[in-house]
Amino acid sequence: MFRFIVRRLLVTLPMVLIVITLTWALIRLAPGNFYASERKLPAAIEKNIRAKYGLDDPWYVQYRKVMLNILSLDFGNSLRYETETVNDVLRRTVPVSAAVGTCAYLLALLVGTTMGTLAALKQNSKTDYAAMGLSMLGISMPNFVLGPILVLIFSLSLYWLPPARWGGFPSWNMVLPVLTLSAIYMAYIARLTRAGMLEVLRSDYIRTARAKGLTERQVVMRHALRGGLLPVVSFTGPALAILITGTVVVERIFALPGLGTYFINANLNRDEPLILGIVAFTSVLVLVFNLLVDIAYGFIDPRIRY
Amino acid sequence: MSDERTPQVPTEEGRGQDPWGAGEPALTPRGTPQRPPVSARRGDEIHAFPETAVGEGDVRTEGSTAAPARGTSLWRDAWKRLLKNRLAVFGMFVVAFIAVAVIVGPWVIKAATGFTYDYQPPGRQQSYPPFTAPDGSFSWTHPMGTDAAGRDMLARVLQGGRISLMVGVISTFVSILIGLTWGATAGYLGGKVDDLLMRIVDVLYAIPYMMIVIVLLAFFGGRGPLQQIFLLFTALGAVSWLTMARIVRGQVISLKNQEYVLAARATGVSTPKIIFRHIVPNALGPVIVYATLTIPSVMLQEAFLSFLGLGVQAPYASWGSLAQEGIQNIAVFPWQLIFPGVTMALTLFSLNFLGDGLRDALDPQMRKF
Repeated sequence: MFRFIVRRLLVTLPMVLIVITLTWALIRLAPGNFYASERKLPAAIEKNIRAKYGLDDPWYVQYRKVMLNILSLDFGNSLRYETETVNDVLRRTVPVSAAVGTCAYLLALLVGTTMGTLAALKQNSKTDYAAMGLSMLGISMPNFVLGPILVLIFSLSLYWLPPARWGGFPSWNMVLPVLTLSAIYMAYIARLTRAGMLEVLRSDYIRTARAKGLTERQVVMRHALRGGLLPVVSFTGPALAILITGTVVVERIFALPGLGTYFINANLNRDEPLILGIVAFTSVLVLVFNLLVDIAYGFIDPRIRY
Repeated sequence: MSDERTPQVPTEEGRGQDPWGAGEPALTPRGTPQRPPVSARRGDEIHAFPETAVGEGDVRTEGSTAAPARGTSLWRDAWKRLLKNRLAVFGMFVVAFIAVAVIVGPWVIKAATGFTYDYQPPGRQQSYPPFTAPDGSFSWTHPMGTDAAGRDMLARVLQGGRISLMVGVISTFVSILIGLTWGATAGYLGGKVDDLLMRIVDVLYAIPYMMIVIVLLAFFGGRGPLQQIFLLFTALGAVSWLTMARIVRGQVISLKNQEYVLAARATGVSTPKIIFRHIVPNALGPVIVYATLTIPSVMLQEAFLSFLGLGVQAPYASWGSLAQEGIQNIAVFPWQLIFPGVTMALTLFSLNFLGDGLRDALDPQMRKF
């Protein structure tokens, strides 16, 4: 177990560096520059800019500088938001994305597992078909369609909820983004729970539990759920990846000042330090999350050996 | 191999060793008794003659070279099972309808009303609601209304569908090519090669690749609409082959020890030829199933990227970029978002049902009850 964790951690750091190198190489191989605009810059100014950012150094000098910056967790100043460092931007945007993402995931976990369990307990009933049809809809409905439709209904017709903008952590502004973002997780989790529960419900230890005379409620809550939710636990890793692309779109729809919005803008502005900072942050997050899930998995399911 | 190192969900191969379940036919949907695993049945049909194995495992020859006297082939069995699944049949019809509409539709509209995806009728460049003529009366001219520039929405949605479906199909094809080669090589060669190749897949799994795709499109895109679409094919194909490689590897491992492979090896067939002529055709079932499920997910990713303005560029449109244009005016002209959005959702919905149905039909071993 301990060896497993150490080995995984040893793999994680090089992987983050590989991802960053890849991103950096893409940025540098692309033609064009961050300072290029419609108007042609005077040669003297261009020369000064290139000198200031060290763009004329050989590539390995620039690469070393970037890597040293990242290893020291100081990504430098953003090229576009010149008064802010990348760390400032991260500090400002991550809480927004994290708040929306966490709420969405928790909501999805709650609704998804309930839906999946109910569907599994009444397999091939109307409840089952309704739950599975709904979750298929959730998987198929792009969130940039679902979000605006929710806005149309709840903001523009019923006037119940604000249609956009960020209003602080617990605020009514969060309701629609969270609902939009959680739909697809809800659907995945419901399907995974159903499949896992169906498999567990016909296993021997559930038969034993029933034979002992436990109530159906005890059988489900105490025995079946533990095994049936395993696929959901292992989904947490991929879920984070979906979350990252999901928030990019949802933040765009609801005009939230989160990580995703800044990532897209950074790309359009060719803001290299900001791009690398955000990529590094999310890579570490995803890799650490995957590791935690794997470790948690071992605790929940004793059949897993490392 | 790699399964021993990383904790994983018990894999499909691990489960369902007893294909007949626990003798509870009541638990399978609509009372269809589960069949023995595909690989098992396929094996005893064809192992004697490698040449036949290629023909019979191949979809294209279904019904032609397979001896009709034997009654049911694998593919005919699967087809029957698929037809029993009402949702899958519904999905198949909708997908077929949309595919035909998207391919033929733009020409039909052009012939009927003269509108194309980029034609702006002179003098009336504004948004009309569905079924409305410029003077506000009922009219069949624009069944989906027009966009902000007065272009016919129906023509645009159909043209957008062309691009969306094309990206979905071609990227999936790219992902099959990579995944099949990778997985088949790893599975067949085994040992160190397998370890290395699958380790790389494990590593790639953990990368937030959509961010890299975004960087790629933002920095290398914008050179021209056609290049952008080509970039999309490659980028999306290159990041969606991982699961395919795992599935193929699993299949190949279970197939490679069968006698017909041994026979081929004994007669001196070269390794690449064994992999691609004898093993891959027999592993096609799960590949087709997973490909059907990859198409909607790739289409969704394309739509995300186009929605963010990084995918398909004007004058071309895809469902994602149409939705992005639609959302600008959602309060006033909601149909500009709703028509492309709902068409896309319907397509993905049907593709997913079709894929699920195919999985149940082709690969009962993988069935999630």
